[in-house]
Amino acid sequence: MTDMNQTQSPFVGLASRQAFGEVIVELAEKNDAIVAVTADLTGSVKLSAFKAAFPNRFINFGVAEQNMMGAAAGLTLADKIPFVCTYAVFSSMRACEQMRTDVAYNDLPVKIVASHGGISFGVAGATHQAIEDIGIHRGIAGMTVLVPADAVETASIVRAVVDLPGPVYVRLNRIKEKTVYSHEFDYHIGKPDLIRVGEDVLLIATGAQVGESMDAAQMLSAEGVEAGVLNISSIKPIDQAAVVEILKDYPAVMTIEQHNIINGLGSMVAEIIAENNLDIRFLRHGLRDVFTTSGPYRELLEYYQLDPQGIHDMALRLLD
Amino acid sequence: METNIDELKKMANLIRKDIIKTGRDCAVGVHLGGNLTIAEIMAVLFFGVAHLDPDNVTWKDRDRIILSKGHGNVALSSAMARLGFFNLEELEHFDTFNSMLSMHIDKHRMPGVEISSGSLGHGLSIAVGAAIGAKIDRADWKVYCIISDGELMEGSTWEAIMSAGHFHLDNLTVILDRNRFTIEGDTEENLALEPLNEKFNSFNWFVLEVDGHDVEALVEAFDTPTLEHKPKMIIANTVKGRGIPSLEGKASSHFFKISEEEANEALDRIQSA
Repeated sequence: MTDMNQTQSPFVGLASRQAFGEVIVELAEKNDAIVAVTADLTGSVKLSAFKAAFPNRFINFGVAEQNMMGAAAGLTLADKIPFVCTYAVFSSMRACEQMRTDVAYNDLPVKIVASHGGISFGVAGATHQAIEDIGIHRGIAGMTVLVPADAVETASIVRAVVDLPGPVYVRLNRIKEKTVYSHEFDYHIGKPDLIRVGEDVLLIATGAQVGESMDAAQMLSAEGVEAGVLNISSIKPIDQAAVVEILKDYPAVMTIEQHNIINGLGSMVAEIIAENNLDIRFLRHGLRDVFTTSGPYRELLEYYQLDPQGIHDMALRLLD
Repeated sequence: METNIDELKKMANLIRKDIIKTGRDCAVGVHLGGNLTIAEIMAVLFFGVAHLDPDNVTWKDRDRIILSKGHGNVALSSAMARLGFFNLEELEHFDTFNSMLSMHIDKHRMPGVEISSGSLGHGLSIAVGAAIGAKIDRADWKVYCIISDGELMEGSTWEAIMSAGHFHLDNLTVILDRNRFTIEGDTEENLALEPLNEKFNSFNWFVLEVDGHDVEALVEAFDTPTLEHKPKMIIANTVKGRGIPSLEGKASSHFFKISEEEANEALDRIQSA
């Protein structure tokens, strides 16, 4: 992926949802068809600026996610490009059938941009944490599933999906992700991005876990273990051949995600390894089929071994 | 639009006959009961009310018709074919492998239809979104949505009803096929819906109640302007299985393949009516 310019992105250091809130305003200034809808979460999904700039193109459906998702499908009948914004846990489950049948089955250009993905709303507990959403969307035909690593990749992704003819799910976070990218780039849906090269183990991560994995790789390096880090933000579609080409250089691979290890990134990589008969040591790391507890975000990361230390420890266990 | 009541009545009969023939010739079965309820509604909507262009299905200013009760696709298919969206002979292949027309609507196979539907409780939200879209553009086109009474048991339908009233969607007309039956039987025994008129009124809708088989009454209801920018709800009281005496008003008319003999008897009766 190539830098569009040499200037550092203004989104460096922001949360992914904040970058989204700014980029959608910028895009909407150029494209009248863009509308944004939410279900009583305008501030949380960072649509306040959009609402102020385009009051006629902003609809708050109240606490009624199913109606919001169905109405988004309907807005496309008026040639609109709807951005549907709520928490990931609600868009993926409360409005699941509307997302699947109204949006995806009809193959409509609805952009679901869901915030508070993974355990990023730590203190809210399991009711507000989304650890099944990647699996849910991945299993729906025709749905593009994107999980940006940070605010800068979010900006690049949001720009890339506006003109997609079909549905897309973009998972954002509540917290400020660690910075992975400093410059915006032309995002290519389906392409994995090898952001660090190693030789002993490959850490494949998605979303906020990419930055955590980069720090884990540094810790490992200090101990003489060289870890590569592969950002897979395009969960679906994925260029399998490109992933296989990278995997071939590594004796061991571990996936790291803020998601149930069932059905998410780990499952996706497991499918690639199995179908391509790769002889490689493999570990899925994430939430091990549990409902999460509540607490401050970084404390939760530590508890579930998703912080750099935890990832480091898991990687060593894999290599042991 | 100039409406000729007699022509619309004839069209309703043609649609009803298409439904019966399809119920006779189909591969497995059709939702006869809930298709025969909407023959008049489809005739009036497609031939007397809506502005459509079968030769230009993406016409920007077309009215949007959303059949939320997707199992009513035989009646919809008949009306659309007779208006020229596709060949009427497609009905002969109804529900066969990969056919254009099937039990529930598949937009990808059925030219000119606005949206796929089948799962209950979805269409009205889609109609709300389309109506809001038209409002954003200050466009003149209208949205028509046909829902079943069974769909009123879905919570999502009430979310949509609440929002249409809230957003003053006076460009939205909903026709409720009030046939009083779900698969299991009487709606009032399964999950009581009444008093519907009062319910819709309290959700800020403009409510009209008509005999859903009375073409003239339907035309009048469509023509009656709404008040106070409210969305319009036409409660169309219908008879499940209308046109086949042995099926009328029975839950058992929900889904099946009708015998040659019974179908032909019903067709003769319509012919001579």
